[in-house]
Amino acid sequence: MEITLRGLWTLIHGMGFGALYLLACSGAAVELFRLTSSATPTATPAQERFLRLYLLTMVVLAWFAVLTGAYIVYPWYRAVPPPGTADLAMFPQRLLLSSPATSGWHSLGMEWKEHVAWLAPISITMVAAVFLQYGHDLRQHRALRTAALTFTLASFLAAGIAGFFGAMINKHAPVDGGHVIQLSQGETR
Amino acid sequence: MSASSQAASTASAARTNGSGAAAILSAGIGAFCIGLFAIAADKSPHIKALTNIYKPTGPLSGVTTVAIVLWLVSWLVLALLWRNRDVRLAPITTLAFVLLGLSFLLTFPPIADIF
Repeated sequence: MEITLRGLWTLIHGMGFGALYLLACSGAAVELFRLTSSATPTATPAQERFLRLYLLTMVVLAWFAVLTGAYIVYPWYRAVPPPGTADLAMFPQRLLLSSPATSGWHSLGMEWKEHVAWLAPISITMVAAVFLQYGHDLRQHRALRTAALTFTLASFLAAGIAGFFGAMINKHAPVDGGHVIQLSQGETR
Repeated sequence: MSASSQAASTASAARTNGSGAAAILSAGIGAFCIGLFAIAADKSPHIKALTNIYKPTGPLSGVTTVAIVLWLVSWLVLALLWRNRDVRLAPITTLAFVLLGLSFLLTFPPIADIF
């Protein structure tokens, strides 16, 4: 069992940061809604501290996801093959564009994903900053609370679009190659 | 209610909304800038070349860097302007939502291709 260096970075970007961020979104929305709702009792300092830490972790995950995507994985994805290259397996963008059946994954999927993904870290950074400053007092600032919740959902939507297209693109034209890392030695039968 | 919790309650009630509003509006501005510059770099060869600040990543590097810088600068400026102030939140959050909605639309290729 082995994985290439490019495959590993794609995994870290998509599954390590991106998927973990997506999983965290629902928790953030629910806790933010609950802790700042006027219908629930005042949050304890421990609950408030937990949500602060939770949101800060999401900020880190979101930024790591877009930065590893844009500066580590994306350059491998958009690499230009030398003239006359017949095997495009190492050039995912060109591989997708080489067939009408797959070109949409680049022209719609990657073109949207590469930009919309950045709305996630921007939005969640704002939400974290607002909660760090106001905490459960957001219940007294209804418009701020509504905006924070809306941006949390927008961040989830942006990350979801990026995650969906990332997974589909990697299914049709995986970013692969580079140093091979041996994970385990299998048996031959 | 103890004296300390009464004081905390009074302080929270008196907390102004200016810095929160600054964070929200600037996030809308930052998001909108991503969509706007993505289209600009796609349509103008000159802007495309200018935004290609890290060749392996291409124009995406410049588009996102400039948008992030503008987001952070607008946040700083608005935070300085509105700190310790109560501002009218309805128009500010509405504008932030509109900018956020536009950012989703402008980054969507079929809509970006209209321009």
